[in-house]
Amino acid sequence: MTAVRAVDVGTELPPLKIVPISRTTLALFAGASGDHNPMHIDIDVARSAGLDDVFAQGMLSMAYLGRLLTNWVDPQAIRHYRVRFAAITPLHGEPTATGRITTVDDVDGERRATLELAVTLADGTVTLTGDAVVAL
Amino acid sequence: MPLDQNVIGKQLPPVTLTIDAGRLRFFAKAISETNPVFTDLQTAHAAGHRDLPVPPTFLFGIELERPDPFEWLAGVGVDLRRVLHGEQSFTYHSRAVAGDVLTATPRIANVYSKKGGALEFIEKTSMVTQKNGELVAELKSVIVVRNPEQPQ
Repeated sequence: MTAVRAVDVGTELPPLKIVPISRTTLALFAGASGDHNPMHIDIDVARSAGLDDVFAQGMLSMAYLGRLLTNWVDPQAIRHYRVRFAAITPLHGEPTATGRITTVDDVDGERRATLELAVTLADGTVTLTGDAVVAL
Repeated sequence: MPLDQNVIGKQLPPVTLTIDAGRLRFFAKAISETNPVFTDLQTAHAAGHRDLPVPPTFLFGIELERPDPFEWLAGVGVDLRRVLHGEQSFTYHSRAVAGDVLTATPRIANVYSKKGGALEFIEKTSMVTQKNGELVAELKSVIVVRNPEQPQ
């Protein structure tokens, strides 16, 4: 990324809006990520656990938030990245990943920004909250 | 049944994965990645990468590359269907790209319960290293086990 970055505290990253999550998305992510947990891809297993349907992998939403970060900085600039999974993402959910700079400081000889992150569904449900530290 | 505290500190089998460019492109497709640095070698080179960069969360899957990646949960008495991912963190130390041979070394760092045992928590930490031992990243997962039959 060669774009000039605004790094003022309070700056919001361009939100990343994701198309509704389909069963195909869940199947592809299971294969690509290596997480074959059937609760996300096999409705029979989900029903055997008392659920109505499969639900999205938490790491899929964390990967979307990761895209938000790497749309903004080089992947190697990320120093720390963490999330808390606050709610499950149902099938057909429409996540939007958002981030905002909360601090900018100098650590270990480099300028770093801390961002607060969230993934929110179209109905307002916050599914993930988190933060990341990136080198500028 | 409450989790056995003796599992704290238990090492899980390390897993080694050669990071394949095709697998990284598949991952990019699965997350609808549009940034060509993750899929196009020329773009990656132009951005200063030795090869296609490993996306930030891909490292999570390395230790799942074995015949039964959830065996360890069954081994501590946990039904995979009752498990939710509670938290996940990555602390990055060095870069990793396609072609690297990475090893994940997981261990159970802590277990504890809340709400009278209705919720149990397993903290698992993993170190991801290069073949020469260089640390790539430290991962921490908090896994939540729901025990709905336990009184709250």
